[in-house]
Amino acid sequence: MTMTDANETFRTEAAELLETLQAGLMELKQRPADLGLVDSVFRALHTIKGSGAMFGYTAAATFVHEFETVFDGVRKGRTPASPALIRIALGACDHIHALIQSPDASTAGGEPILAALRQAVGDGADEPVDAAVEPSASHSASGWKVRFRLPSDSLVLGTNPVLLLEELSAFGSCDVRALLGGVPELGALDPEASYLGWEVTLRADVPRESIEDVFMFLSMPSEDLVIAPLDAAGQDTTGSLDDGDDENIDSVGNAVPSKPRGAATGAGRSDGGNGASPARSFRIDKAGTSLRVPADRLDSLMDRVGELVIAQARLSQLASTSTDQNLKSVAEDMERLSASLRDTTMGIRMVPIGSLFGRFRRLVHDLSHDLGKEIDFVTHGEETELDKTMIEQLADPLVHLIRNAADHGLERPDVRLANGKSPTGTLRLSAVYAGAEVAISIADDGAGLDAERIRAKAAEAGLIAADQPITEPELFQLVFHPGFSTAREVTALSGRGVGMDVVKKTIEGLRGSIEIASTRGQATTVTLRLPLTLAIIDGLLVRVGDGRYTIPLAAVEECVELPPEADIASKGRSFLNVRGALVPFLRLRDLFGTDVPADLHPKVVIVSSGETRVGLVVDQIIGNNQTVIKQLSTLHAGLKNFSGATILGDGSVALILDVLNLVGSGQDSDESARSIGRAA
Amino acid sequence: MNATATTRTAMRALTMRLDDEILAIEAESVREILEVVPITRVPNAPEAVFGLINVRGSVVPLCDFRVLFKMDRRDPTEDTRIVVVDVQLNGERLVAGLLADKVHEVVDLDDSAREPVPRVGMRWPPDFIRGINRHNDAFVIIPNVETIFATLAAA
Repeated sequence: MTMTDANETFRTEAAELLETLQAGLMELKQRPADLGLVDSVFRALHTIKGSGAMFGYTAAATFVHEFETVFDGVRKGRTPASPALIRIALGACDHIHALIQSPDASTAGGEPILAALRQAVGDGADEPVDAAVEPSASHSASGWKVRFRLPSDSLVLGTNPVLLLEELSAFGSCDVRALLGGVPELGALDPEASYLGWEVTLRADVPRESIEDVFMFLSMPSEDLVIAPLDAAGQDTTGSLDDGDDENIDSVGNAVPSKPRGAATGAGRSDGGNGASPARSFRIDKAGTSLRVPADRLDSLMDRVGELVIAQARLSQLASTSTDQNLKSVAEDMERLSASLRDTTMGIRMVPIGSLFGRFRRLVHDLSHDLGKEIDFVTHGEETELDKTMIEQLADPLVHLIRNAADHGLERPDVRLANGKSPTGTLRLSAVYAGAEVAISIADDGAGLDAERIRAKAAEAGLIAADQPITEPELFQLVFHPGFSTAREVTALSGRGVGMDVVKKTIEGLRGSIEIASTRGQATTVTLRLPLTLAIIDGLLVRVGDGRYTIPLAAVEECVELPPEADIASKGRSFLNVRGALVPFLRLRDLFGTDVPADLHPKVVIVSSGETRVGLVVDQIIGNNQTVIKQLSTLHAGLKNFSGATILGDGSVALILDVLNLVGSGQDSDESARSIGRAA
Repeated sequence: MNATATTRTAMRALTMRLDDEILAIEAESVREILEVVPITRVPNAPEAVFGLINVRGSVVPLCDFRVLFKMDRRDPTEDTRIVVVDVQLNGERLVAGLLADKVHEVVDLDDSAREPVPRVGMRWPPDFIRGINRHNDAFVIIPNVETIFATLAAA
């Protein structure tokens, strides 16, 4: 690994840690008393500091260290995590981010933040206590007693205890004592395992963190690393600690196998043991259960799987026309394997949308502060998973929609009170699975859209005629027109009319749709509907005329025969009675202008999107197939009925029907049918 | 291609026949030449980009320049070939197939023998043509593939 690689890795990791840090801080705002959260904030800080120093981000490491020191008051429970404190801490996160992104830039911004932090912490604590406790919290004038025991596989993994001891002795004079209690009988001794523990009495004035840093890259349970201050300074607290210390050494020395006991003492004894243990387990977690892989490797893996699926389809086609039983059984195995390989690969690419929501918590917090509005941000369905490419591309549109909701949707507290609402506005972000789609909605309980203003504005912009009859959903869709904005005043955040059209474009680029529902004076909900994946889907292959088409199987509800009485084409009566419900249907033959003679018994594939259903009349239903989605080129970008194309087993190309759009045009024909009915 | 190409002394190009006209496509943008493969018609697509083909696992749009040059469309014969080109369109790569009645050869078209597109007396939109070259006593039309694709994409 080159140095640049390492730097890059550090930067990505730091960015994730900062996100964890922010998420932790935001949570802390809501539950200030949760010390577990404070610990998680600390862990993130500590890891950034450690690896930052290692990769030469000295400025960042120094700043984080200061931040950590000041924030220690919160961890010790001396200072409550007040909203003001959280805000400053978030500012500090931004500063850390800046320091990591451009290590050479000026570090001047840091001092004011620290000063503000110190003041915020100072306000909450009794000054004298603060002064007295602060030094003893992280420093000890006389020294430390460090006791550690390496995991038994650490030698195999390349840890050299001698180096650790040398590192400790570099701080000052050391007494090292080996703890032999864990060494088994010679017969049972594994020469590659580590059985020894060490107790080091370190007489040096160093911060606890420096000692912890020595053990940074080891994952040890807290009872195996105990750092306690020496008692020589004569302070009350450390005096009592010392007694316990001796006992504890004995317990480790004599009865190492009885770990639970050691754990209890270790955890209950000192802050240091407490702080160290989550940090260790955090690292174990990272190393043991997840693997960092560059995204482009996943992309090329997906491409290969796509090619494999197509090749497998060819093999199956060959096997089906062959009489060779061996070939048939191999083809079946291949089919099964490639389907499960496909599912696994796609599973790797799925990311919970919660990773995005965390970011928005911060956004809403800042917006609430900037706009002077109280906003309660509620999220649902963080665990809903989407393809990672989709998650990446969703970030910007969602930011925009949230800003809009906070800025234009929610009213000022005084206005809300005047309207008999709670002064605190609610912004609800949720994600749910809906069939083959994920629906993401951003709902606010604000003023709602002003249909009259939108109509006036649209007429002014020449988008509609002043007296044009138009339904409310259609009217709301006009909001996505480029340059359309009803905001009375342009704020720094929104109101310029750029953005909503970009939002719509991005969502449509992801083969999704966007809709707005709004009740004047009460609420606005923007719902994004997105397909679950962009890569490979299960499809239903159908024939219309001489063309073959694929329908995403997840959107298919059922297939029925087209009853002869419904077959008599009569304009305005293209409805099917499906168990009592009227379902509009579209004749794909007409839609696609096919001139090949129709089959005698047309079939109807009933597809759904969200709440609405529409029937698609086809000539023949061929069967299931695995569909590797290929995007259409820009030359065919104007086509609304197709969302892509795929390659079939015989090597020819089939178009994939865009169910969302077809359902839309089904609705339109439904509407026009009704209006014809009204007119008649 | 583009501006720098015209300042060079010669352009290497692939010549192909469409009706009784000879077209020249810059050789650098030609990726491969295929015999006719199964073509999937795209309903409601513009006539000029009427189909899709499978080129080694990718789905590629198929164009018929006959439509643009106001010639009658005709069914493939045994001479018909598909010229797969690879061009930049608004900074993005676009791979497309072009139907040709027959593919001839790779030639060097001398820039000094290039003539500007006459504004009158043409049945083709002048924007679609970069120039007309005299080659072996015949006229060779150099279509402006990028402009043509950009126009089709905007349609």
